[in-house]
Amino acid sequence: MGWILPAGASSYAGEIDWLYYLILVITGIAFVVVEAALLWFLFRYRARPGRKARYIHGSMKAEVIWTAVPAIVVVVIGILSSGVWNDIRGRDSVPPDALPIRVVAKQFEWNATYAGPDGQLGTGDDFTTRNQLHVPAGRPVVVMLEAEEVIHSFFIPAFRVKQDAVPGMTTPVWFEATTPGQYELACAELCGLGHYRMRGGVTVHAAPDYERWQTDRGSPTVASTP
Amino acid sequence: MRVLMLGTVLVLLACGGSDEGGDATVSTSEGAADTGPRGNGSITGTVSFAGTVPANPAIDMSAEQACAEKHAGGVRDPQYVVADGKLGNVFVHVKSGLPAGARYAPPTEPVVLDQDGCLYEPRVFGVMTGQQIEIRNSDPVLHNIKAVPTENRGFNISQPSEGMKTTRTFTTPEVMVPLECNVHGWMNAYAGVKDHPFFATTGDDGTFRIEGLPAGTYEVEAWHEKLGTRTTTVTVTDDGTATADFSFSPTTT
Amino acid sequence: MTTSARVGEQRIEAAVHAPAHGHHPPFLRRYIFSTDHKIIGIQFLVMSLFFLLVGGTLAMVMRWQLGFPGQAMPGGGVLPETMAPGGVVLPEFYNSLVTMHGTFMVFFAIMPLLVGVFGNFLIPLKIGAPDMAFPRINMASFWIAVPAGLIMVAGFFVEGGAAAAGWTSYAPLSASPEHSGVSLGQVFWCVSLIVLGLSSILGSFNYITTVINMRAPGMTWGRLPLTVWSLFITAILVLLAIPILSGAVIMLLFDQTLGTHFFLPGEGGQPLLWQHLFWFFGHPEVYILILPAMGIVSDILANGARKPIFGYKMMVASIIAIAFLGWIVWGHHMFQSGMNPTLGNSFMISTMLIAVPSAIKVFNWLGTLWQGNIRFTVPMLHAIAFVSMFVIGGLSGVFMASTPVDIYIHDTYFIVAHLHYVLFGGSLFAIFAGISYWYPKMFGRLMSHRWGVAHFWLTFVTYNLVFFPMHALGVGGHMRRIYDPTQYEFLQPLQPINEVISIAAFALFTSQLIFAVNFIGSWFRGERAGDNPWEDNSLEWTVSSPAPHGNFATTPVVYRGPYEYSSPLVEQDFLPQTVKLSTDTPPAASPAGD
Repeated sequence: MGWILPAGASSYAGEIDWLYYLILVITGIAFVVVEAALLWFLFRYRARPGRKARYIHGSMKAEVIWTAVPAIVVVVIGILSSGVWNDIRGRDSVPPDALPIRVVAKQFEWNATYAGPDGQLGTGDDFTTRNQLHVPAGRPVVVMLEAEEVIHSFFIPAFRVKQDAVPGMTTPVWFEATTPGQYELACAELCGLGHYRMRGGVTVHAAPDYERWQTDRGSPTVASTP
Repeated sequence: MRVLMLGTVLVLLACGGSDEGGDATVSTSEGAADTGPRGNGSITGTVSFAGTVPANPAIDMSAEQACAEKHAGGVRDPQYVVADGKLGNVFVHVKSGLPAGARYAPPTEPVVLDQDGCLYEPRVFGVMTGQQIEIRNSDPVLHNIKAVPTENRGFNISQPSEGMKTTRTFTTPEVMVPLECNVHGWMNAYAGVKDHPFFATTGDDGTFRIEGLPAGTYEVEAWHEKLGTRTTTVTVTDDGTATADFSFSPTTT
Repeated sequence: MTTSARVGEQRIEAAVHAPAHGHHPPFLRRYIFSTDHKIIGIQFLVMSLFFLLVGGTLAMVMRWQLGFPGQAMPGGGVLPETMAPGGVVLPEFYNSLVTMHGTFMVFFAIMPLLVGVFGNFLIPLKIGAPDMAFPRINMASFWIAVPAGLIMVAGFFVEGGAAAAGWTSYAPLSASPEHSGVSLGQVFWCVSLIVLGLSSILGSFNYITTVINMRAPGMTWGRLPLTVWSLFITAILVLLAIPILSGAVIMLLFDQTLGTHFFLPGEGGQPLLWQHLFWFFGHPEVYILILPAMGIVSDILANGARKPIFGYKMMVASIIAIAFLGWIVWGHHMFQSGMNPTLGNSFMISTMLIAVPSAIKVFNWLGTLWQGNIRFTVPMLHAIAFVSMFVIGGLSGVFMASTPVDIYIHDTYFIVAHLHYVLFGGSLFAIFAGISYWYPKMFGRLMSHRWGVAHFWLTFVTYNLVFFPMHALGVGGHMRRIYDPTQYEFLQPLQPINEVISIAAFALFTSQLIFAVNFIGSWFRGERAGDNPWEDNSLEWTVSSPAPHGNFATTPVVYRGPYEYSSPLVEQDFLPQTVKLSTDTPPAASPAGD
């Protein structure tokens, strides 16, 4: 419980987390200052007999200050955010050497199609896994996201990736996993009665292991990860 | 203002009216009266499969360990149940030949459809209109059961935990009503809904037996989920047993 | 034609259906099909408190399932097999609960409580008018809202259950019964909102006309109480936003019933079109749900602090700025939707900017309390809680506004926490403040102070125990709208938080019994209120409690703004708007139309 983000495991998790903590600090300070002032005023200016409140209608100076300061702060947060956003989602942000994987979301499964040894989707050596996403560490992956019937959302918390999968659209979303291991893939958009169970496993292989996995695959029992 | 109130009342009545239609599960079908002729005739037969048996696709249950554990050594989707050239899971039913207007009451005992190891059991079954289908979940995982009929009203219900039972009925004859689970995309079952009790499903040995028929000439149809249908005509005499054999071959040769 | 003559005509018109004193219209005309804005306001109050209870009850069932997934709910056995066999909530029923909780709370509780109740009850009283400009249309507005609510409730009783695609009703799920398992329920949802939309539109242009045309002499725009300002701006938002929702919902209804494909991709429709239309309505709607609360709180804070509201003009300007910026931020609901990411930057900047007028309001409220002489009445406690909770809701919004951070927290419990801090911590506390403040003017009696204080503290504490930990769930990645969080390994460590939240939620719900008892009990046994129990300056406190039919025996004349508290001109610490001091000159004519 708390305000600490779970460990990130993708190349841009750090950037997102940094922004999160920056906003946490700024809003935390604003929160403490405002609530403390509020509590202090409530205590200090509680009604006492024989006393009258100060008759004052406002202060232009104060208004200017508390208009300008928040405006500057939010614009700075906005500018910093848009830089990170452009890195992750901007035009041409997908790294050119990214490994393509086609992920089709349907009620209530994630079907991942891999390019196979030739590195090209849509060729004969493609193969598909169900609810199991396998990616190499240290290499960008671009997921070509599609949905069959309703909207789903492709969410890998550890990678700080979330992208809706919309029927009729192919949405590219890229990430670069950094740490080999097991992660979870969740659906983040209400998609029907099995929404809560639309769960997949993500296996990040070290680069050589990934090549081996891709070659070995063929018998489904190989891909045995809980 | 009165117009407005009238509108309100109408809307409320409309709502009330729709409410009553809500309990399709309880309502029995129109075939409550059991007036259709019965007899002692039977039809038996064997469904055979000629040719190379297509491989059943392997199912990757690795993301559902609770089910994978029930299938040591892997599991394949039992689309083709073939042993010694005999084809199982074929739904055989009397398609026509019964007198017009014959009505049969559905049996009181339900048909049980179990979900065990993330597979349906049985995969192919017959059920009468108005007869209850008791759907059971023997897995400790969520299943949903989605019926996608063309003639009947579909349903899409869930059973999130082990031991749950839900009953549903169909009201209109339909061969076949596909049932599927969307949590486990490989799970498929097929219900043959008939308004008479003269149907059967072939066992692993490819044989079936339909009993209690009155004498007459009947068109009999055999249905397989991948191979389509075959039809034949047989004549049943009083107390006699007619034979109807079917043969399927791979659709792609 | 002079403006005063025009107002005079309206007075006559209002007098025609406002019967002379001593003559009582029959019960049905007086209390059921009344055209009196005050009775209509009270009718809205009863209706929307009922739906608040419905929405809250649905939330309790959800919290049971989330805190104790898969366990039989105590008393849940009474629910039919299609909802909770053996008392265990089914996933499809849970989705209906999520959807209907949101729908009831937004459309049938918070919105009518703020706009329907306070808009109706307060606008004519506070501007010195005998009634609304169009009293019969006002009555129609209420009696159209009632069937809309009943249709929405009826969804639970049809085959397939109530709508289950979320209160945002994203297509294609909302338009394809084969995928949602809900057909009639979704149709009922659409029909109900179309009917309710008609009610809202009728109400809003009535408010706008009334505020523009029926202000008493001397009630200039600069002397208008902030409650009226906020309700006036809100009414404009309603009038512009609701038709968009109605249009979109009609298209959705056509997709469901007539085979059109506005939002279905198979035949060339576009699912994102629904989201654009919905949020183009939906974000102004968010401000519809908070602006009147801000107005109410401003009035009560000034009264409780015995001090003029700080920065009146900035308060008005910020209401208008929020209302304007509210139209150009809808895309921040869609950062992860597949909308062109370049648009994300534009919507992020506009969203960041809308934080500024909100901040201005908070600082002005603080300025109002500063050097005040603060009385801790029950309405004041709720108003202070509003400020304090709105700060949290506002600040948490900055996280979502930042597009990269939103990638992670979008559609998690962080947003659930945020929206409840604004809608419960904000709007609902303001509603409690407003009800307890104007209760004496509605019913002639005061609500019990002791029970009011008990209700406030229990609500404030349990409310925070429910919603503050939800931030932590969101930071942990906990998706919203999921039936059983324990299905995910990464969410299992968060389950104890879910249990605490659920237990606190039951306590929060139970605490509202105190409010219900206080509300109903005070109606019959409350201490009789004088005309002006809070020593307020606004016009409604110049008439008897409860306010009489027709409101004012003679048209009031206004000499100053409503916030002249602790004025050095008089001995007492308040100076009503209608008091004529020797230095005051009567206004030349009615301000209407100036």
